Amino acid sequence: MSRNEPAEVIGDGGEGRSSKRRKAVRYAVPVAVAGVAAATIGLVPAFAGSGSPDLPKISAEELIAKIAKSDTQQLSGTVRITTDLGLPSLPGGIGAGGFGGEQGKGGGEQGKDGASAAPQSKLMELASGAHTLRVAVDGPDKQRLSIVDKAAEYSIVHNGGEVWAYDSGSNTALHSKAPQGERGHQGGAPQGLPKGLEQATPQDLAKEALKAAGDTTSVTVDGTAKIAGRDAYQLVIKPKQSASTVGSIRISVDAANGVPLKFTLTPKSGGAAAIDAGFTTVDFAKPEAHTFAFTPPKGAQVVDGDKERAKAHKEVKPGQDLKDFKGLGGLTVSGKGWTSIATIKGAGSGLPSAGAKGADAKGAAGDAGKFLDSLGDKVTGSFGSGRVFSTRLVNALMTDDGTVYVGAVDKQALVDAANAAK
Amino acid sequence: MSRADTAPRRPRPLWSLGLLRNEIGTTFRRWRTLALLAVLAGVPVLVGIAVKIETGGAGPAGGGGGPAFISQVTNNGLFLVFTSLAVTLPFFLPMSIGVLAGDAIAGEAHAGTLRYLLVAPAGRTRLLLVKYATTMLFCLVGTLVVALSALTVGALLFPLGEVTLLSGTTVSFGEGLLRALAIAGVVALSLTGVAALGLFVSTLTTSGIAAMATTVGLLITVQILDTIPQLHTLQPYLFPHYWLSFADLLRDPVYWDQLQKNLGLQALYTVVFGSAAWARFTTRDITA
Repeated sequence: MSRNEPAEVIGDGGEGRSSKRRKAVRYAVPVAVAGVAAATIGLVPAFAGSGSPDLPKISAEELIAKIAKSDTQQLSGTVRITTDLGLPSLPGGIGAGGFGGEQGKGGGEQGKDGASAAPQSKLMELASGAHTLRVAVDGPDKQRLSIVDKAAEYSIVHNGGEVWAYDSGSNTALHSKAPQGERGHQGGAPQGLPKGLEQATPQDLAKEALKAAGDTTSVTVDGTAKIAGRDAYQLVIKPKQSASTVGSIRISVDAANGVPLKFTLTPKSGGAAAIDAGFTTVDFAKPEAHTFAFTPPKGAQVVDGDKERAKAHKEVKPGQDLKDFKGLGGLTVSGKGWTSIATIKGAGSGLPSAGAKGADAKGAAGDAGKFLDSLGDKVTGSFGSGRVFSTRLVNALMTDDGTVYVGAVDKQALVDAANAAK
Repeated sequence: MSRADTAPRRPRPLWSLGLLRNEIGTTFRRWRTLALLAVLAGVPVLVGIAVKIETGGAGPAGGGGGPAFISQVTNNGLFLVFTSLAVTLPFFLPMSIGVLAGDAIAGEAHAGTLRYLLVAPAGRTRLLLVKYATTMLFCLVGTLVVALSALTVGALLFPLGEVTLLSGTTVSFGEGLLRALAIAGVVALSLTGVAALGLFVSTLTTSGIAAMATTVGLLITVQILDTIPQLHTLQPYLFPHYWLSFADLLRDPVYWDQLQKNLGLQALYTVVFGSAAWARFTTRDITA
């Protein structure tokens, strides 16, 4: 290797040119490396994603039957959930903090930290942004679900009669008894612990979607795809009712065993999927038994979830309404299929905070009114006037007397519903 | 630089080992390097004492707020290692790497010692490799200094014992130590990208200060870009994006996805900026 090279070649013209060429060649190395890397990053996922495996043709009914009779009891894998409902992003701290405050007020030695291990606050986090979940299932009695966070993890372990939830961020474990009578349909309404989170797996999302089918819905099979390295059929569900804000739901079903692998909900307004939940890796082997074993770690605070819930039952409800409108009292549902509209009677009950704000805004054209104006569009009809709050999927009409109409429908359908109710 | 004495005519493999040893000795004997290491060692002490005072040695610290793992520190001193690495990785560690890497070539040029280094038959490529190897070694030493200091402080102030993983699984202290060692290794490797970047910047200028400032400035800029949600499509390609993925080693089972992405990204940065540094350094005129 010659040393101190360039200084020696400043001599005559020919050598100068060759030094220039050498310089160019050397600079080409990092450029080439960067280019190859960019091409690899850009093209490999594109190839991996576009691969439509050759599978025998199948009708929609056959595919649904395949899902229904799928008896896969054991699987483990990683699920990626991306939610873009058009809601402002909800950082975990807000949800958890809000509950913490309320439960702390409700009294009890373990109010504050108990709340951070409560599943409700974690549910709120899943309502926006991208999350990674790890799931393991071994029959109806053993499940494990972990929400993988940055340097933290939230796990729910169901093993026989025991349900544990562990939050590594606050080092808190929540313990509940699984209802013995409801094996298989674990996590029923009174229990409520894993139910909400379980719905995040593709299986349950798919089941929910199929339940909503009927004469209001078109169900077709649209090609094949490769999901998590497995061949899958794609089931496309489209609402026939024009007022719905749902554009289409696409469910990728494993061609071999009928397990739904990916669920994508696209709003009619287009753009990115509102909900996109799919396995990134999946393994249908029996998960190791120790996966479902949970003993509360030494030093962790253990909260009795059953007691805690009984205490905090009422207080948690206002928080749930963001996610689960059906959890509220004083609620009626009109319409059918995709254009169902939930009506929540105002006047002091139902939505405590938002309802009160609506009532204030009616009288006082003060700051609260202006604030609401900035959030929602004012609409009028034979029912009077009100404001429409829009997200990408769900619209809500709050009339000035405090009644709220909510549905995955466009604004006009809400106004019509309000008019009809008058 | 005291190595111009009896340089042999032809470079031999052993000779570059000697060059490396010499370079490492020079680097780690500098007051600046020692001061940087002292700062790094001081961070876990500060964190440990703060947690100790705040909790009075009882109960978990502040319900989930603060840096990662901090609520676990009072239960297990080993977690101070993880907390300290999580605290120092975003800024302190890469900053000291930036100082060292930025100074590697530019500092020699500034002091006028670069041409003497090149008079010895080392070859520019070899000199660059030696400089990069030294910087990498500093990545490892810096990380280990943080980890060992944290382990010492943690052992002194808090109980040690079985380790609770993020998934709620409990493993023995020995396995916890092994995982801590693996984490230190991953953290050190996470810094190789910024080291290569600093080395490249260092070949661009003859002012050591300018190179250090540019590297640290780039680091801060990239860190800021990494927090802007509108740039989320760009962020997976920023070198600090997966830094905190070292925590995935504390899951059960270990979640490899992000770790692999992190190491792949660091390797990419190393190759791109390492070869850019090579292209620049082997073709430029050395005047100082």
